[in-house]
Amino acid sequence: MPLITYRDALNQALREEMHKDDRVFLMGEEVGVYNGAYKVSKGLLEEFGEMRVVDTPITELGFAGVGVGAAMVGLRPIVEFMTWNFALLALDQVVNAAAKMLYMSGGQFNMPIVFRGPNGAALQLSAQHSQSWESWLAHIPGLKVVAPGTPYDAKGLLKSAIRDDNPVIVLEGEMLYNIKGEVPDEEYLIPLGKAELKREGDHCSIITSGKMVLVAMQAADQLAKEGIKIDVVDLRTIRPMDVDAITTSVKKTNRAVVLEEGWEICGIGAQIVDYIQRDCFDHLDAPVIRVHQADTPMPYAKALERAAKPDLPKTIAAVKKVMYIEA
Amino acid sequence: MATKVFMEALSPTMEEGRLVKWLKNEGDAVKSGDVLAEVETDKAVMELAARGAGVLRKRLVNEGEAVPVGTLVGVIASAGEDISALVGAPKTGDGRSKTEDAGSKMEDGRSKAPAAPAPAPAAPPSSISPSSIAVPPSSRSLSSPLAKRLASESGLDLASVAGSGPGGRIIKRDIEAALATGSAGGDRPSSSIFHPTSSIDFEDLPLSLIRKTIARRLAESIGPIPTFYLTAEFDLERASEMRAAMAAMGDDYKVSFNDIILKATATALAQHPEVNAHWLGDHIRLHHRVHLGMAVATDDGLIVPVIFDADKKRMSEIAIESKMLAKKARERKLTPAEYTGSTFSVSNLGMMQIEQFTAIINPPECGILAIGAIEDKPVVAADGSTQIRKRLRVTMSCDHRAIDGAVGARFLQTLRRMIENPLMLVY
Repeated sequence: MPLITYRDALNQALREEMHKDDRVFLMGEEVGVYNGAYKVSKGLLEEFGEMRVVDTPITELGFAGVGVGAAMVGLRPIVEFMTWNFALLALDQVVNAAAKMLYMSGGQFNMPIVFRGPNGAALQLSAQHSQSWESWLAHIPGLKVVAPGTPYDAKGLLKSAIRDDNPVIVLEGEMLYNIKGEVPDEEYLIPLGKAELKREGDHCSIITSGKMVLVAMQAADQLAKEGIKIDVVDLRTIRPMDVDAITTSVKKTNRAVVLEEGWEICGIGAQIVDYIQRDCFDHLDAPVIRVHQADTPMPYAKALERAAKPDLPKTIAAVKKVMYIEA
Repeated sequence: MATKVFMEALSPTMEEGRLVKWLKNEGDAVKSGDVLAEVETDKAVMELAARGAGVLRKRLVNEGEAVPVGTLVGVIASAGEDISALVGAPKTGDGRSKTEDAGSKMEDGRSKAPAAPAPAPAAPPSSISPSSIAVPPSSRSLSSPLAKRLASESGLDLASVAGSGPGGRIIKRDIEAALATGSAGGDRPSSSIFHPTSSIDFEDLPLSLIRKTIARRLAESIGPIPTFYLTAEFDLERASEMRAAMAAMGDDYKVSFNDIILKATATALAQHPEVNAHWLGDHIRLHHRVHLGMAVATDDGLIVPVIFDADKKRMSEIAIESKMLAKKARERKLTPAEYTGSTFSVSNLGMMQIEQFTAIINPPECGILAIGAIEDKPVVAADGSTQIRKRLRVTMSCDHRAIDGAVGARFLQTLRRMIENPLMLVY
């Protein structure tokens, strides 16, 4: 199986879907001539022309609204945000228009639109450009939210997102674009709403998604050396969440660490812990522990940024804590 | 991940503890379970154990100091961890000198204007929620939901399992260990007392709830209660005559020896509140009302229903009530109100030809009377002649914390006068 980057996996997904359906088009800041701020749309302008790969002004609310209108009249737009930090400006269109159109039109208008872009922190981009918005977006009824953590999942989930008749948020990662993974040549789709057990073990579950999947896998590798076997549940889709996958794992291991990139308060992890306590109460042998970003704006200073981010040592410490292993 | 060390309730009635001696110094490495300090409770000197591992970073209470239960007395944390938020603002002196250091290091030499105290640091940002880790002091036994379910599925009594998790929490591995060593019955209790087993060497009896309660209560008693015993032999000739005379008047007037003893005991207790008492840990409660417990043997075991205000009841009332209570006890129909609240108890094995025995005190009561069998015995009378008389041996168990030997003996003297002169009971 070819080893390709996350960036190229997304590029393949876009290209394949644009070939397959001429209603699909891409727009956003610098997606065309510049090949995308992170080169995800490389070569697409050449291949599909400027009617289908549209460079927009720096007007997030405006082009998100154009996308919503296009979807209402039958096109299948893919709106790229240079980062989700900039998408805050477009949230009225995402939340009030895209997410509610089918509902408020009494079922007259589907909303086959994808909003995608990198989410969360990269390195030293400071407080305003290092934020994880998954809990904000997943909070909204009417939106679907996916957060692929591997090239394989990125391609399969983006293709499903483009084909879905509802607005789908795709949360990518600047630090993910360069990672490599096996992606088959033949076409495949990954269904929305299905988690994947990325690693099997019966001592403790780590439930995570997106960029943190890599951290969870590294933690599982390290802990395996100490004889601790981890179930790594990669949600892949944050909304609708695959609750069965979570509870099946926790009922097996009796312990869980919930690992997320964002902040603690009202984070995705809080929702996951709620599902666990509701469905797995009699199966828990320890309180569930969450690993997350520190409750502060992301610091710029390198050492402080490292201290604030959820990472491998914090994840390992959390696993040991729920397993009653003293460090 | 710091662990706060609290003054724990090391006895059920403890409200404060005096830190007698620290056994670890600041900077010492500790692991969970290590004894950190000796603490004097209201009852004894106990050990305060670490609930987490790390370094004892801070001792917040001096030796000899008494603090209420729940007070933070120390902090265990890793060596470099910032614990300032846990131990409160640094003492004035330290704080000032640090501020001055910082000022003098500033390169442009600008003096830091009137060193305003730095705002108290907010809780250090942690990526791991501390709330899920902190262990509050608690006397309640803790167990994980999984451990509870496993215990209930395997018929294991959680009270018989020692917890190895934080704060003594019983977790899955403790249940597995208990089941592996067979420290408790693995079968669900059934209605049948005997479990036929294939082995001829032994058979296992499941513990009924009442048997468990007996075990717990009596172990509580024989352990901490310094008990002594007073035995006396009473002459029952006149009581016997009285009983025969009453029976001769018809069935309505029939009373048993036990009824006479109960009535006499209750009447004597009313005169001796010092033995009609409860030991309550930090005080003794003398009862002005006499609620007499009477031990009844049932198929399941012992239970002690109560004749309330027994001293104020006529012998005929006691006869009816004791019969009714014994019947209900054997039918397991006693309500909790009928077997709680006794101030003193009587246990009678006379009908089973036991000459004398010692009974175990039913705490918080301070005494119990063990009644033996009434026997015809040769007795040397005052005139030197030998007579065959009805005699009864009673043994009183006394909690020495509340009752001294002479106090118990005086009560038995009164009781002797009552039983040997049953007319006293109508006086």
